[in-house]
Amino acid sequence: MSVTRRQFIQIGGAAVGGAALASGATTRWWGFDGDPIPDPGTEGDRVVASFCELCFWGCGVKAHVKDGRVTKVVGNPDHPLSRGMLCPRGAGATGMIYDPDRLRRPLIRRQKRGEDTFEEVSWDAALNRVGEGLLEVRRKHGPEALALFTHGSGGTWFKHFMKAWGSPNVGAPSYAQCRGPREAGYLLTYGTPLGSPEPIDIANARVITLIGSHLGENMHNTQVQELAEAIGKGAELVVVDPRFSVAAGKARYWLPIKPGTDIALLLAWMNVIISEGRYDADYLAKHAIGFEELKTHVADKTPEWAWPHTGLRPELIRESARFIASARPASLIHPGRHTVWNGDDTQRERAMAILAGLLGSWGRRGGYLSFGKMGAPAYPLDKAFPHPEKSAADRPKAGGYPIGGEVIASGLCDATVPGQALYDLKAWIVYGCNLLQALPSRKQTIQAIQNLDFIVTIDILPAEVTGFSDVVLPEATYLERDDDISAPAYKKPFLALRQEVVPPMYDSKPGWWIAKELANCTGLGDYFPWRNARDYVDTRLRAGGFDVAAARATGVVLGKPVATCEEEGLPVAVATDSKKIELRSEQLAKLGFDPIPQFYPPDEGPPGHFRMLTGRAPTHTFGRTTNNRLLAQPYPENEVWVNADVAKALPGFAGPLKTGDWVTLVNQDGARSGPVRAKVTERIRGDCVYLVHGWGQTAKRLHYAYGRGASDAELVTRYKVDPIMGGTGMNVNFVKLEPAEKAV
Amino acid sequence: MSKRYAMAVDTVRCVGCNACVVSCKTENALPDGGFRDWITTETYGVFPSLWMQIRSERCNHCSKPSCVDACPTGASNVNEGGTVLVTRRKCTGCKACIAACPYGARYVHPDGYVDKCTFCLHRVNAGKQPACVETCPTRALTFGDLGDPASPVSRLVSARKNLVLRPESGNQPNVFFLIAST
Repeated sequence: MSVTRRQFIQIGGAAVGGAALASGATTRWWGFDGDPIPDPGTEGDRVVASFCELCFWGCGVKAHVKDGRVTKVVGNPDHPLSRGMLCPRGAGATGMIYDPDRLRRPLIRRQKRGEDTFEEVSWDAALNRVGEGLLEVRRKHGPEALALFTHGSGGTWFKHFMKAWGSPNVGAPSYAQCRGPREAGYLLTYGTPLGSPEPIDIANARVITLIGSHLGENMHNTQVQELAEAIGKGAELVVVDPRFSVAAGKARYWLPIKPGTDIALLLAWMNVIISEGRYDADYLAKHAIGFEELKTHVADKTPEWAWPHTGLRPELIRESARFIASARPASLIHPGRHTVWNGDDTQRERAMAILAGLLGSWGRRGGYLSFGKMGAPAYPLDKAFPHPEKSAADRPKAGGYPIGGEVIASGLCDATVPGQALYDLKAWIVYGCNLLQALPSRKQTIQAIQNLDFIVTIDILPAEVTGFSDVVLPEATYLERDDDISAPAYKKPFLALRQEVVPPMYDSKPGWWIAKELANCTGLGDYFPWRNARDYVDTRLRAGGFDVAAARATGVVLGKPVATCEEEGLPVAVATDSKKIELRSEQLAKLGFDPIPQFYPPDEGPPGHFRMLTGRAPTHTFGRTTNNRLLAQPYPENEVWVNADVAKALPGFAGPLKTGDWVTLVNQDGARSGPVRAKVTERIRGDCVYLVHGWGQTAKRLHYAYGRGASDAELVTRYKVDPIMGGTGMNVNFVKLEPAEKAV
Repeated sequence: MSKRYAMAVDTVRCVGCNACVVSCKTENALPDGGFRDWITTETYGVFPSLWMQIRSERCNHCSKPSCVDACPTGASNVNEGGTVLVTRRKCTGCKACIAACPYGARYVHPDGYVDKCTFCLHRVNAGKQPACVETCPTRALTFGDLGDPASPVSRLVSARKNLVLRPESGNQPNVFFLIAST
């Protein structure tokens, strides 16, 4: 029977009449008139296990498919990193696969780079164009003139292509534009970089110190899970942040530090801990060198000394230092992740690593752990890779950065402008990273691109960088493809599988297919002997003796937990040349750097300007998700955070600035943002403003994200290079606010 | 005693990440702009002496639901476990319930009826947790039967200091916000 709404109202009116008043009472009966419980019908008739690609963390997921459509993506309880729980981005995967703005067919540029004018072509035509472009560069300039920029797990196929091609120029902005200084700082102090996921024991720490890390707003799923677990067990937080972050809101001590002065605070903390004898003397005697030099170095770095630099009251510094030391060794100095702030970042990370050493937390429960890795044998290749004749071109001609780790993406960009590096780069493959947001100084990035002979981009969305590409290849999203095995080091080592949930939509193709076809059209097909990614992965699994069917059913292969710390029977191990924690670094001394971190006051901005700080919202992964309509609902655009007191009388404003008012940000070089709403709040210092990174996209084909919010990337016209490892410190830009009419 | 479904939201654990919100949207196939749960952040004080509370909020499935009393058609009803539901075919979209709800827990679905949190009864009756509870990375949400004194939600509500929103409404809400004891 079908009753229209209109009929229903009439029937209801006639039949119920005088009973309407009593309707509340009658409907109070449970199960009144046998109404069925509404079932939204999103449970899949098929459920496929895979791992997430909304960010780089790689959480295990289960994707529900009903009538050929992915209805929902939930956490895989068997996967050690998600443990059945997903962050909002992971849960928002359907917003990515069904994004109406996705790249659908291969594109070839028809006009000048940057004009974003393309013609849709067949895969054959696109691949032929790429093959010609790459081979011509190879003929003229050699194989090393090709660079790959990559982000995400699908990048492995293109890294493999680069090995076959014979170029060492493979860079990811996730190093020198993100975690690089941290890796260098811990490498210098403990002989090993930290990697991802970080081997830290948040769950068992009793005091957790966050220095600029806004865990909880950056949703590294496992870490946030452990943070909540620790808080549930009574752990306390110490949070150093110019902004009253979510974590600060949960902290025993919040230290609203003046940006750029963290080293002063760290030295003062060490001063208190050493002068009051609160360090782990036995541990240091056994495992560290340079303690006496450190003691002398910090002897005059009292909280009173740090006060004018940091803006933090001496009592606050002293009390928080004692509090941090009281929980040692289960007192975790969180190493952070996005650490490219001021150009002195390796030294700041060194200071954090040294402090962790004083607390005796390296190799101890509640501190830094040692993780194990579970391997699957490599796919057997008959043919050896060629040896590149040149080393990577990521270092400036005049000299490089002595502490190496990974290739510097910004360096590859620089090497594309002729004469900057030992040799010039002439072609780029850009896989899954929007370099215009990821690298500092858009102007320099665009200049580099305009110098290229050829550029091809592989992406799922028409990101800004695609507009500058000669050929754009549409990739399938992670839900539509297989990829290589994920096998990060972890306390419970594991393998995880990426599996196609639904076939690729439109004319998009999986990365493994694109890389194999690129190899075929450049004469490198022999290096890609597998039929497809599934064949590749199954071959690896079988060679490792794993049950392929079981792995495909659960999406994971679980190893045995490893001993991770002294309390579990694993002796404290340090991998430096001296086999000791290097509180003083002889290596840095020899290279002409401070062997123990020194504090140098940061540059001040012009009058009326605020230091621009950036960070994350839990619902978004940089610019990658800003066009995701599902994630846009809880977080539609970024806002600029302005201190409430400062907002009362801003120069150039007729009255007080209020939350929701539109403003434009103008930096020290005259670069302007689009209109962005103000968030006037007590939750930030008065000398800085804050933006969530990734907004203000200039790509017109991103119909949701285009022009929405302010682009911090547009305002990073300056950066300060870390002389030790080449990281690009980006918190050195200052902005003033101007009233704006309204958003476009 | 009969079932009395309730939820405890641990504000000490919650980071306000919106995983509950997004998972609810996909689980329940909610329309664009429609929310059955949401995050509220309250900040008090003046820099640098600040205090903040973050809450994952939703329908309180009140024991005395003013929305049900206000509903002229009987579409809003009290269902299993005291859960407040809307029978779509009886709802005229008149919004009387929206006006009567002290919590802003309801919205008008584009198809013309009023929609709100169901405590994911379709999942609960299949032996599962509500979608928001299942995904929460901080394990801040605990759902269960307040009628059973041994249930995790009963234990949390009796052991931990907690508050309900707008107790003065007289609605007797059944979502309890756990707060720090100090």
